[in-house]
Amino acid sequence: MPYQSIKFIQTGSLAVGGRLLAEDQRSVQSGAQRSNSLTLGHRACQGCGEALGARIALDACQRATGGKTIAVNATGCLEVFSTPYPETSWQLPWLHSLFGNAPAVAAGVAAALRAKSRDDVRVVGQGGDGGTVDIGFACLSGMFERNDDVLYICYDNEAYMNTGVQRSGATPYAARTATTEPVGPEPGNKFGQGKNVPMIAMAHEIPYVATATVSDLRDLEYKVERAMEFRGARYLHVLVPCPLGWGSAPESTIEVARLATQTGLFPVFEAEDGEVVSATPIRHRTGVRDYLRIQRRYAHLFKPAERTEMIDRIQRGADRNITRFGLLPADDIDAELATVGAGRAEEITS
Amino acid sequence: MLRQIEGSRAVADAVAMCRPEVICAYPITPQTHIVEALGAKVKAGQLRPCEFLNVESEFAAMSVAIGASAAGARAYTATASQGLLYMSEAVYNAAGLGLPIVMTVANRAIGAPINIWNDHSDAMSQRDAGWIQLYAETSQEALDLHIQAFRIAEDLSVPVMVCMDGFLLTHAYERADIPSPDQVDNFLPGYEPRQVLDPAAPVSIGAMVGPEAFTEVRYLAHARQSQALTLIPEVVAEFTKTFGRDSGGLVRGYRLEDADTVVVALGSVLGTIKDTVDELRGDGMRIGILGISTFRPFPSAAVREALGSDGRVKRLVVLERALATGVGGIVSADLRMALAGGGSGRAAEPVMSTVIAGLGGRAITRMSLRTMLAEAVAGALEPLSFLDLNKGLIEREFIRARRTRRSGPVAENMLRDQGLTARIG
Repeated sequence: MPYQSIKFIQTGSLAVGGRLLAEDQRSVQSGAQRSNSLTLGHRACQGCGEALGARIALDACQRATGGKTIAVNATGCLEVFSTPYPETSWQLPWLHSLFGNAPAVAAGVAAALRAKSRDDVRVVGQGGDGGTVDIGFACLSGMFERNDDVLYICYDNEAYMNTGVQRSGATPYAARTATTEPVGPEPGNKFGQGKNVPMIAMAHEIPYVATATVSDLRDLEYKVERAMEFRGARYLHVLVPCPLGWGSAPESTIEVARLATQTGLFPVFEAEDGEVVSATPIRHRTGVRDYLRIQRRYAHLFKPAERTEMIDRIQRGADRNITRFGLLPADDIDAELATVGAGRAEEITS
Repeated sequence: MLRQIEGSRAVADAVAMCRPEVICAYPITPQTHIVEALGAKVKAGQLRPCEFLNVESEFAAMSVAIGASAAGARAYTATASQGLLYMSEAVYNAAGLGLPIVMTVANRAIGAPINIWNDHSDAMSQRDAGWIQLYAETSQEALDLHIQAFRIAEDLSVPVMVCMDGFLLTHAYERADIPSPDQVDNFLPGYEPRQVLDPAAPVSIGAMVGPEAFTEVRYLAHARQSQALTLIPEVVAEFTKTFGRDSGGLVRGYRLEDADTVVVALGSVLGTIKDTVDELRGDGMRIGILGISTFRPFPSAAVREALGSDGRVKRLVVLERALATGVGGIVSADLRMALAGGGSGRAAEPVMSTVIAGLGGRAITRMSLRTMLAEAVAGALEPLSFLDLNKGLIEREFIRARRTRRSGPVAENMLRDQGLTARIG
């Protein structure tokens, strides 16, 4: 992604305000003309990462298309909190059909636009992780395989939040959900690390795949704008913390998302035609404990006694991402390995 | 133009002339020939502008059609059997959203046991999904119904299912009068959606509706579908004027004028029944036929009118190509409701017998029909019976199940028994 050097004032959030930039370089959100695709009055919880991510993503898309975006939504929190009629929050043409078919419905909209020679109008499909990595997965893969002209955005909050926080195929190892309770010898989610749909999308060799989080909204805007420069199937996977489901403080949503990236648990990268072309480096490397501790869904890893083995396993996953995506400069890794050895890196915090 | 043509090809020709803008296809026997033919037309550039999408499931096929229709395109797909069930959630959704999609159902049985041959279990399972259901008797009628279907669907913003018997119609070569594209253009105007995803006038479609309005939304769907009872005869009249032949409609009577016994049926079996009735008439039997062309909405008033209110009809024999397990007939239940709706001034209701026939592709022969109808006239037909039921085969399975707990898979047992019987016999 493009970088520019600017003067900036260090704030607690480690972020740079859009107003420090020249007018034409400001973020979509800092512009007075932002479209407010998902406008006020919706019923999302306090601190909802999905509401934030969806607004930023769709506003960026609206700017990229000159206000000619059609959104297709899977069933889920985003659909429910935004539409109990007559209070729809959508300021753009919006269609909700079912839980498992948003990619196919979006493909249908794209096909209709093609038949009508409306190549100025673009389509975004969107859903949560359940609608994307589980029940909508076949439709998503079909849309990728046909290279339908759709940007599909998954707002991943790592469980079925709308139905009361049940485990999904994107739920990470050890996390507590209503169907992976922290009881018994293997508390929390005992399976893998969640389905890695960005990598699966890359395996389809679609033009563009990217990940983003709500901790770096400028990056999220950039990824959407970049995605809209391509035609064909594009996939954007956005990590959106859910205070309700994760047991994090509503005011900590940005921090939690940032820690997910700074631990290496959620690598932020983009890929074109199946190849990674850039990864956002970790700026302040953090051990996974700092990320886990501020979420009640991981409380059982620390109380009554610390489950060091489980935490180590999570750390190994983060370390693997760091190596795989080159999230730290190679010499940094070597230096750390020389001093602390692999597997104990969580002790090192910036 | 008259042509000797496979039913599927005739339907593909008709659909193509209706200028669909998005066609989605997923293969399932016996509808495949229809979408194959349409795919070839799109690929050859004969159907423009039209997008042909090879999707990954029937669920996706209907979902693509939903998206396309909501974006203002005329959308078409075809399916059968398991495919219809697999897309069922989206079938209901298309109707709920009021999207005028047209879909061919090449009627086929539902498994298990898996069976690719014809009956009406698939379409009947979706009878309450909110779609209009039309049943074709011949290839010609299947062709004609598709042209009418787009008109009806788009006029009412209600999706239409055109049901044609798998293999019996889809794969049979019959003579069909293929209309000219100009005729179809004159009959079927371009699609003007009532609701459309348009950046110039953004709307939300598919919002959540709570108890405060859900009943009203459903009532309107019922009211709108019921409008088809008025609209369909009008469309048929106009169709006749444009194409020079009468096709489709609500119900079709055959030799009903003085009939005391009436056979009620849907689809291609009506041809065999007509031949049988002609024979029985020759024997002096006063028998006629009521073919149901429109099954949803159910044409209750048209049924009452066709059967008369003077008590002339003493017996109704409802031949059903589907079974409501644990109950019996599906069409029969609707008929009872229709007859009961006639008010108290009516003469005694006719005695109704439900005959389950032709399941999973079993041939419905004239001989079997003759025997069964003779029984009906003699008052010897049970309220619920199964045509040509092999009772010996069932008895063997009952005995086996009594003798041992682990009696094994039923269908496979029966197949083995049938093989034994064949060898011994």
